[in-house]
Amino acid sequence: MNTSEQRRRNVFELLMLALLIAFLYPFVIVLINSAKDSFSVTQFPMRLPENWGQLFVNIRTIWVSPNVRYSSSFFSSVVITMSSLAAVTIFPAMAGWVLVRTKTRTSQVLFMVFVAAMVIPFQIVMFPLVSWFRTVFEITGVRLLRSYLGVVLAYLGFGLSLSVFMYHGFIKSIPYELEEAAIIDGCRRPEVFFRIVFPLLTPVHATIAILHGIWIWNDFLLPLLILGRGNRIQTLPLAVANFAGAFVKQWDLILTAILMAMVPVLVFFFFAQKKIIRGMVAGSIK
Amino acid sequence: MNRNKHDLTFWVFLAPVLFAFVMIVVVPFFIGVYYSFTDWNATARAGQGLSFIGLQNYLVSFQDPGFIYSFLITTLYTVMNVVVINVVAVVLALAVTSKLRLRNAYRMGFFIPYLIGGLILGYLWQFIFNNAIPSIGRSIGLFAALADPQNLMLGEVSTSLIALVIVGSWQYAGYIMMIYVAAIEGVPNELYEAATIDGASEWHRFRSITVPMIAQAFTVTMFLTLVNSFKQFDVNYSLTAGGPATRFMDRSIYGTELLAMNIYNTAFVGNNLAAGQARAVIFFVVLVVFSLIQVRINKRRELEL
Repeated sequence: MNTSEQRRRNVFELLMLALLIAFLYPFVIVLINSAKDSFSVTQFPMRLPENWGQLFVNIRTIWVSPNVRYSSSFFSSVVITMSSLAAVTIFPAMAGWVLVRTKTRTSQVLFMVFVAAMVIPFQIVMFPLVSWFRTVFEITGVRLLRSYLGVVLAYLGFGLSLSVFMYHGFIKSIPYELEEAAIIDGCRRPEVFFRIVFPLLTPVHATIAILHGIWIWNDFLLPLLILGRGNRIQTLPLAVANFAGAFVKQWDLILTAILMAMVPVLVFFFFAQKKIIRGMVAGSIK
Repeated sequence: MNRNKHDLTFWVFLAPVLFAFVMIVVVPFFIGVYYSFTDWNATARAGQGLSFIGLQNYLVSFQDPGFIYSFLITTLYTVMNVVVINVVAVVLALAVTSKLRLRNAYRMGFFIPYLIGGLILGYLWQFIFNNAIPSIGRSIGLFAALADPQNLMLGEVSTSLIALVIVGSWQYAGYIMMIYVAAIEGVPNELYEAATIDGASEWHRFRSITVPMIAQAFTVTMFLTLVNSFKQFDVNYSLTAGGPATRFMDRSIYGTELLAMNIYNTAFVGNNLAAGQARAVIFFVVLVVFSLIQVRINKRRELEL
């Protein structure tokens, strides 16, 4: 490689580096302004903070804020995301398997209906869903509004289309002889699924957990409608909206709340980046 | 085992998914369509005291300047967003697939905003547009115009819409970039090598190998960005909250209220659930049309291959 080519490459590399820094600069703005007081955050938003200790003061304020209730909101977000992910992997995998392995008209129609439901936007369902949940409570006494159960059921309902579609496609590629052999060895059908098929689905589990995980963790409208505002159970996006709505101009604290909502995701991404990106791409290409 | 029979396992394995599907999608969907033809309001319980009013909610919606405006502005936002995201994503994808030393770091970096929810990003960018950018104007004389409150991005409808596109694209471009990267890297190396041996120039290889691969991915990215832009709610809610106000057909209305937010506001702020529901049905029909077009294009593409 000659030197002018080399130089051109170095310039390009530097340009990309500058672009990346500019692209990610909004995150730097969050960090430096989370360490300021209410005066300097509005007067000097681009300057470095004078005293990084202020960051911990702000974090403490957000931690105990009655609007954010950080530890409890974080806990709720984790519970909702984890339980929903368990639901949108296990149940659709089971359904996808019986739909592939039972070759009937009913299987075909059910599969098509599940997949077609992917087009249905949350908007058309959201108002009737709330009134329907209320009716269910009046009839059965099972509380779906303002409860974990309702949110997880809703995520299963909206997540199952993509999940069933992906499991169905993957299971079709698993040779049936594998399952036949197990049946000859005396395995019952459910056992065949849980012992043999389910472990083979690991790559699909990962893809689905990532695709649905990013959606559920960040989702705002669904928890807003089902959990409601200012409920005992609230997710992190609800907590941030609750806080930012209540104190429109307290930017030092709003940005601290934003920082505290982002950090768990960024830490998680840092440890699982390869898997996450592979999963996202596999999921979108389908 | 008989593979053409619905045994107990079949129904037991389907039960959880069927139950959730009926509870969350089927029942609310049909109730919703029904409610859109009634005078449903917040105090009415399911099915009690509703009267059927035919197409009135739809007719009123199509005559409401706020809804017409919202439809237009959403279309405009969607077109701008789809173009900007895809152009940025292709450029970034080409950059990060070239021989850069830190290319993995660039890929990860550009992807990061996608991991953070639109709601949080909207608040963050509100601070940037309203505080950080004016402060640059205050401290650097050359950019003094930025400090003028008259020039705030979120102060005018047109610039607010651009702000929504900036944030939407900033959040989404890295993800779409990844899909283009996968498409570009999916080209077998032998193809490039063979082309090189045949004497194809760098430009030639790009035109005849890379561009078709990008076009292949374009069907996916196009509809992904189209549908997601059309459904935008979170960034709209936190960045502009529908503002600033504007006038349209002699009525004062929200200037950047996208459809998803218009549906939400009609039901909860305007306290008219039935009208909001009718708008949601219209919203749904548009999305169905998008999907049918996508299925068409995919079918045609498969035939060509």
